[in-house]
Amino acid sequence: MQADDELWSAIADPSRRRVLDLLVGNGEVSASWLAGRVPFSRQAVSKHLVVLERAGLISRRKLGREVLYQVEADRLDQATRAMTELAAQWDRRLDAIKRLAETAHAEAKKKRGL
Amino acid sequence: MSGLVIDREVLIEAPAEVVWRTITEPDQITRWFADRVDLVVEPGAHGYMGFGEQGGPVVVEVVDPPTRFSFRWNNSGGGEPVVGSSVLVEFTLTPESDERTRLRVVESGHESLDWPDAEKERYTGEHQDGWGTFLDRLAALFGKRQPE
Repeated sequence: MQADDELWSAIADPSRRRVLDLLVGNGEVSASWLAGRVPFSRQAVSKHLVVLERAGLISRRKLGREVLYQVEADRLDQATRAMTELAAQWDRRLDAIKRLAETAHAEAKKKRGL
Repeated sequence: MSGLVIDREVLIEAPAEVVWRTITEPDQITRWFADRVDLVVEPGAHGYMGFGEQGGPVVVEVVDPPTRFSFRWNNSGGGEPVVGSSVLVEFTLTPESDERTRLRVVESGHESLDWPDAEKERYTGEHQDGWGTFLDRLAALFGKRQPE
């Protein structure tokens, strides 16, 4: 559950989603490359990269003097599955509510002799 | 709308009043949601909902029978369920006929857990992007279920 919260925090922010999108679409890139493509500062990009990395959604490696960032596909898959599970959980609850309400209604009708 | 929102609905062959009782009466709630429910359905009322060892405090927000019911739930235990420490669960009941009700649930707030408000506001204010290319696919998973 704690891990999920970190994921939600990481990907819920629109600016971070923008950064994540650029990484998904472009493979391995540097923070300066990203900063040139978003409407916010280099410092903001760095902060977002830290949060994304902490959530395990991206990783970095050094290449010469540059630091390159890339998406961690497994973790993104995990995020997708966690979100799907939350939605499925509500579907199960709604199905249970449907059964309970329909049964209660059918029984009340029977009692009234309808 | 930014943030993670779960939005689902179901069509129920029963009047709104019956559905209302199913989603608000504690002995009914234990049959579809938590195993422990301590709840008074009044705006501002404090209660508790949990599953086994896991659970936490609840605050009822909107009570408008038989159409709207919402509560905040700090499901990781701990303190007061406020924005940033809880998820908001909102039910909307729409009568489609005397014996048919559309029930919609929207759960939001996952992203705000443990997230400093000032920073969140700054960024959401600056950038109103929706889901991007990759996350569009995630968002598509939340597409409303077709009623049976």
